[in-house]
Parts: sequence; C-alpha cells; structure tokens
Amino acid sequence: MHDTLLFIYYPYVAFILAVVISFMRYVGRGFSYSSLSSQFLENRNLFYGSVPWHYGIIAVLTGHLVVFFIPGSLLEFNRVPWRLYALELTGLTLALFALVGLLNLIVRRLGNARIRAVTSPMDLILLALLLLQVGLGVETAIFYRWGSSWYAVSAVPYLRSLVLLHPDITQVAVWPLTIKLHVIGAFTLVAIFPFTRLVHLLVLPLHYLWRPYQKVVWNWDRRRSQKA
Amino acid sequence: MDVRLQMSMVFHLDKCIGCHTCSIACKNVWTDREGTEYMWWNNVETKPGTGYPTLWENQDKYRGGWEKGNGKLKLKATSKVKGLLNIFHQPHLPTIDDYYEPFSYRYKDLFDSPEGADQPTARPISMITGRPMDIEAGPNWDDDLGGSPVYAANDPNFKDITEEEKQQLFELERLVFFYIPRICNHCLNPACVASCPSGALYKRGEDGIVLVNQQVCRGWRYCISACPYKKVYYNWKTGKSEKCILCFPRLETGQAPACFHSCVGRIRYLGCLFYDADRLVESLQADDLDLVEAQRGIILDPFDEQVIAGARLNGMEDNVIRAAQNSPVYKYVKLWKLALPLHSEFRTFPMLFYVPPMLPIMGALKGQTYETADEEFFTAVEKARVPIKYLASIFSAGNEGKVLESLKKQFVVRQYKRSESVNDLDPEQVRRMLDEAGCTPEEAEEIYRLTSLPSETERYVFPPSHREQAIEMLQPDTWGAKGMAGFGFREKPVRGE
Ligand code: SF4
Ligand code: SF4
Repeated sequence: MHDTLLFIYYPYVAFILAVVISFMRYVGRGFSYSSLSSQFLENRNLFYGSVPWHYGIIAVLTGHLVVFFIPGSLLEFNRVPWRLYALELTGLTLALFALVGLLNLIVRRLGNARIRAVTSPMDLILLALLLLQVGLGVETAIFYRWGSSWYAVSAVPYLRSLVLLHPDITQVAVWPLTIKLHVIGAFTLVAIFPFTRLVHLLVLPLHYLWRPYQKVVWNWDRRRSQKA
Repeated sequence: MDVRLQMSMVFHLDKCIGCHTCSIACKNVWTDREGTEYMWWNNVETKPGTGYPTLWENQDKYRGGWEKGNGKLKLKATSKVKGLLNIFHQPHLPTIDDYYEPFSYRYKDLFDSPEGADQPTARPISMITGRPMDIEAGPNWDDDLGGSPVYAANDPNFKDITEEEKQQLFELERLVFFYIPRICNHCLNPACVASCPSGALYKRGEDGIVLVNQQVCRGWRYCISACPYKKVYYNWKTGKSEKCILCFPRLETGQAPACFHSCVGRIRYLGCLFYDADRLVESLQADDLDLVEAQRGIILDPFDEQVIAGARLNGMEDNVIRAAQNSPVYKYVKLWKLALPLHSEFRTFPMLFYVPPMLPIMGALKGQTYETADEEFFTAVEKARVPIKYLASIFSAGNEGKVLESLKKQFVVRQYKRSESVNDLDPEQVRRMLDEAGCTPEEAEEIYRLTSLPSETERYVFPPSHREQAIEMLQPDTWGAKGMAGFGFREKPVRGE
C-alpha cells in the first residue's frame, strides 16, 4: 500500500508538479529565474564549494542517466572485475567530490553573514535535502555492492516502467531502506524543483555556443523602411 | 555602407569641477534600492587614482575587454566554451570589496542612548548584513587625492614609467589632479553584450543604447567580468545585472539623461553620430596607436548625400538626420578632433569621448600658477613628457600625438580669444600658433562658443519620441496602438527563492 503511494503515485505527482509549476513560474514570474549567484558577496569559499559540487553532481547524474538508457551494456562492461572496480571507484570519487562541495556550500551559507542576507528558507530546505540525497547515494555506493550493476538490474526496470506509464513495483519490495529513501529523495527533489533556485537548470545558456557575439534589437521594422 | 545611429557623448574634462552632482542625480533616480546601494552608474573619479572599482583599468587583474588574436578579436577573459566551463565560478569577477560594502548609520542611537559622560555616536551598519561594521572604503574614497598617496601612486596608467619620470610624477601628484566622470560608454563593440550567454544584453538598433533585459538575465555575471570599464553591476539582491540605461525613458521624451541635465560644470554634450556598421569589424583590428583614428574613421559625415540616403534606408526620419547634423559630439570628435575615447585599447569602441584636461600640463610646467600666455607653450608641452604620456595612456591607447593635437588646439583657442579680448598678444604670433595647431579663426571661435557659452539645446541635441515612431512603424494601424500606451503588466523585480 505504502509502496504504491510512494513509488507509483508520488513520482507522477512530483513530475507533473515540476513541469506545470516550472512552466507557470516561467510565464508568470520569469524574472525569478536566476542562478542567484552569491559569488559577488563571497568569492574564495564559493570556489571550493560550487566547483566540486557542480562538476561532481553533473557527472554522477549523467552516470545515472546513461545507465537508464543502456543497462545491458553496463552489465556487459561490469562483467570484467577490474572494469567494475574502476567504475565503482570513479563513481564514488565523483560522489564524494559532490559531497565535499555541498558541505562547503552549506558551511559557507550558514557561516557567512553576507551570504545569510541572501538566503531564503527554501535555500536551506534544498540544501538539507540535497545533503540527505547525496549522503544516501554515497552510503549506497559504499555499503551495497555493487551499486552500478544493481542499479541496472533492479532500479532501471522500475524507472523505465514509470516512464512507459506501466508502473511495475515488483522490484521495489526487496529494496533495502537506504535505497528506498534515495529514490524517494530523488522524487522529492523533482517535486520541489520549481519552488527552488534549482530552476536555473532550465535556463542553462547553451545557445550561446551558436549565437554571434553581438546582439542588436530594433524596435523599428527596418525591412519595411528599406522597402519603402 | 550600413548607416547606424549612435547616441554619443562628450565630457569636457577641463570643465569638470568634481562636484558629484551627476552621480547623485543618477543614484536618486535609478539605484536607490536594495541590492544597488553600492552601484554608481555614474561615478566621478580623481586622477591620478585607482578609481571605482579599485584598479578597474588593470586588465591583468580583471581581464575585461577584447584582445587581438590571430586575425580575430577575442574576449580577453574567456571564450565561449571556456566561459561555459567557468559558469560555476568566474575567475576574474570583481567582488563587493573591490567596490565597497554599502553602509548607513544607526542614527536612532543619537536619540535613544541613555545619558552618559560621552556623546552618543551613530555607528555605521552594513546595508547588506544590517550589522555594525568598520568602514574601510566608500565611493570616492580617494577623492581629491585624499587619504593617502597610495591611491595616486597605484594608478594603472603609470605602469611603464621610469625612475627619473617618477620624480616628475611626484611633482604632478603634488600639483594637480583632475576628474573623470564615467558612465557606460554604450560601446559599438560592447564586450558585455558579447559575453552574455543568455543574450540578456543587447544594443538598441535605433540609438545604440546598451541595455540588460532583466527578464532574460540569469545572473551568470559574465558581463561584469567582460566590461573593461566595469560599468555593468551585479545586483546582489535580485541576482541580476544592471547598468546605465542612458536614461532612455527621458531621452525618448526629449529630456537629457539625469546626469547630463544636472551637470553643474556643464561639461556634458549629447548628440547623434552616424557610423558605418559594415566597417566596424575591420577597424577594430587596428594597431593600438591607430585605434583613435580607426574609430573616428567609421564615423560618417551627416551632410553627405550617400550617408543621408543610407540613414533613411535604416528607418531614420528627418528629425534624426537633422539632429546628427547639429550634433555637438560630431564636432568635438570628428571635425575638431578634440575629444578622445577612454582606453581604446580595450577595443570596445566606447562612444563616450573626453576632451583631455589642460590642467596637468600647465601644472607640471608652471608650478602653482596656471599661466596661459606662454609663447613657448608648444615646445614646453612636449617637454612635459610624463603628463602627456599619462594622458595618452588614458585617452589614446598610448598615442601621445592624439593628446597633443587636442591640447594644442585647446590652448590655441584660448590664445586666440585672449588676443581678441585682452589684446596683449602679437596677432602674427597668434596666427602662427593657429596654423601650427591646424585651426582657423572661425573654428577657434566656434570651439570657444560651444565650450564656454552653449545653451542647453546646443549641448543636448537628439530627436525625441522615437518610441512613438517605433509604434507607428511596427503597427501600420496607429489606431490599433492607441490602447498600448504605458507599461502594461509588469512583474515586480523580487528575488527568486
Ligand atoms: S562600457 Fe561596458 S557596459 Fe557599457 S557598453 Fe561598453 S562594455 Fe558594455
Ligand atoms: S556634475 Fe558635472 S561638473 Fe559635477 S562632477 Fe559631474 S560631470 Fe563633473
């Protein structure tokens, strides 16, 4: 019963919330979409927080995503022991990288008076949740061997069943608590996504790579006047 | 030829009295809000000095502006890919301490403190944290060379100076200083626009004003690093960048920007310039010493038939063309060659030009009395190597000839008027000096009039109401645009969560 609620309804609610509210926020309060960077107020410690955090978490999430698409290939890859160890070690290192960055960010946010002046309650909730989530992830990586193979075998089918709208929670029942919490944590982050500064993810400016350097905006319709 | 219009400016530095009225006018109108307390879209700094933010001219520190790569200009701080990789932490971003921590005072303590042996004091409190703080810097901390010799000695424009010249420099510091009022230069090749990955910054096609679209800005802060003049500011409260908007709502209704309007020394001129956008990229490639002329080179003659036709093609109305023809900026920059861009070696083609001040030269030559009737002025001016070199480092990317040209002409105009009104100079000698400075009596008269006696309408020449025209052009049916006046629904600029 609980499992149905948490692993079938909750993810859909979270996902719909994320999409609908992000969209509404973009349309109605687009101004609030910002990285809300505080580097201007504190520079040094941000470096040791923001850089490892972002690079660590991006790599780890990319890992999750790739395996979601090609679980078979991963299992194939993991068949050779040294490859499995190398992969697990890399994953753990990156996760620790993210964890250290996150801890630095938390210390900075709580310890620096200037940064506290630009901290919202939502920021604190988000940091706490992220800490929990990354902590659980690291715990999984250390204590449940071998996370990568297990993820491909057990979690990916469940996640895929969610995406394909045929939720199948047979696997979920046998998960240890840590892993259940990790998955629920992930859904929770999706759910609160649109209410936090995480929305800056949606406005990542990759189009910069293609656009010319300069940008000129005309209020006049130049082509009309050129024809006239 | 692609004829574009640029709203351009001239500041006549010999007239600036360093009163900061301009800065206050701007602050009252635009930056009197939380998150913007430290911003001075218009600031006035003492030279020699380190400026605001501290050492902004030192691009080894801030890496603003452009540099010449192999055949192409590139942003000094970053490239597109490298920029995106640095998105989580910008290596060259100035922080609030490079400006100053904004403060107020706890005035209430003056009234509320209990009776005691000492006078109550109002303690300074930080406008960021709200806590008591020790003030270590403020706007114009080194005003009028105040406080310490450290500021003047660390002026980045003294970097190539020899030991012997240092001696002269000391003289200069002792004798004279001048002011540089600075606003955004609304550059032709703005590094801020080029560096913004979100595309929030843009140049308005109609008048060249550079703006930040607050709805599109995501606080990635590249513009802050990239502007070599440090004229984009980060609003620490809203998490967005803000900058001088050249008071465009005032301009559109025919009023000069607040800093211009309030300028006590009447040093400011605002006018239209036509330039050829097709030749922009090429002229930006000039060598440092040729940059001033390269920039002047793309400014077009507003009386030329072809230029006028080109302007019409880009939608410019008669009143715009007339304004360009009467532009005081065109005269100072192109015709008279008196006004020079600030640090053209940053290669943004700034469109705010400065008439360099005579004072440092005279000061270095004459001690405490600024005697202007010296016959040997021309030769003497060139002997004053340090001030010329210093001014050239600021106003002409090191090309001393450009500064000399302007100073000589300014000097000759004075001599000419002096011979007219005081009548103590040999007319023959005055004519010789005019010739040498490449000036005619008519031109000298005109320079004199526009420098000393201009009315407001001669100083600020620009066509009002282009917003109305814009509506007419965008909307063939003006009746339909009738209900579109005003700003419509706007979102409050509150910080996201
Ligand atoms: S002065 Fe700076 S902010 Fe202004 S247009 Fe130039 S590069 Fe941009
Ligand atoms: S108001 Fe005019 S004279 Fe006074 S500081 Fe500003 S620019 Fe100079």
